[in-house]
Amino acid sequence: MASTKMKIKKSKGGGYEVMVLAKHPMETGLRKDKKTGEKVPAHFIQTMEFAVNGETVAQANLGAGVSKNPLIGISIPNAKSGDTVTVSWVDNKGESDSAEKAVK
Amino acid sequence: MKRRIFLKGSLAAGTLAVAAGAGMLTPTRVLAATWPKAAFESKTEADALNAFFGTSEVEQSDQVSIKAPLQAENGAVVPIKVMTSLEGVEAIAIITIKNPSPYTTSLQVAGAGGLYSTRIKMGQTSPVNCYVKAGGKLYLASQEIKVTVGGCGG
Repeated sequence: MASTKMKIKKSKGGGYEVMVLAKHPMETGLRKDKKTGEKVPAHFIQTMEFAVNGETVAQANLGAGVSKNPLIGISIPNAKSGDTVTVSWVDNKGESDSAEKAVK
Repeated sequence: MKRRIFLKGSLAAGTLAVAAGAGMLTPTRVLAATWPKAAFESKTEADALNAFFGTSEVEQSDQVSIKAPLQAENGAVVPIKVMTSLEGVEAIAIITIKNPSPYTTSLQVAGAGGLYSTRIKMGQTSPVNCYVKAGGKLYLASQEIKVTVGGCGG
């Protein structure tokens, strides 16, 4: 169901750039279902945590104003080759997912 | 083009990463890992700033730059990239003035760099303010993005 993908690339200014694509509907709670006319309940990712070798380096706070299937990018200037980057998110219904990747 | 390549590449890598990551992640909580509920529920920009940063004193800065389209064809997906060359970045926040909840998203930084890219929804043409907190001070860069088709009501 849930799937989270991560890509790590070298950035121009040194260090690495991490891009995460999380598959998620990101419902605002304002949208109406076209068939039933009822409001679709809010369902969105709230926090996304980035860690290098188990140590948190950043936390993104997301709200309903973030697009469906969020694509989040951050930079990690101090990452080295061989480091493990993990990302994990939790949504407002308590669902979560994570992904892990080693820096090349 | 870049996005296309990313999607292709990550399809293959993604399945592996998910398999490897499942059930073995217990990240240490260094940051205050709570969702800033008050900021997200704020109806005005000043309230959101006070709730998230604890201050609403802002300084315009050319060291904060935004990469975003001038005109978004689809308000449901507006790519925004905030970059800063400031030292000691603590947090980055994106506020879409005319959205029902202006406070859109933010990044709390503890060791990562001064870059945050995301995609946001926009209901209508609005200025997008990007705040960077660095060294205890708040810096701002702003850009107006025109929206032809809104993306909040779906």
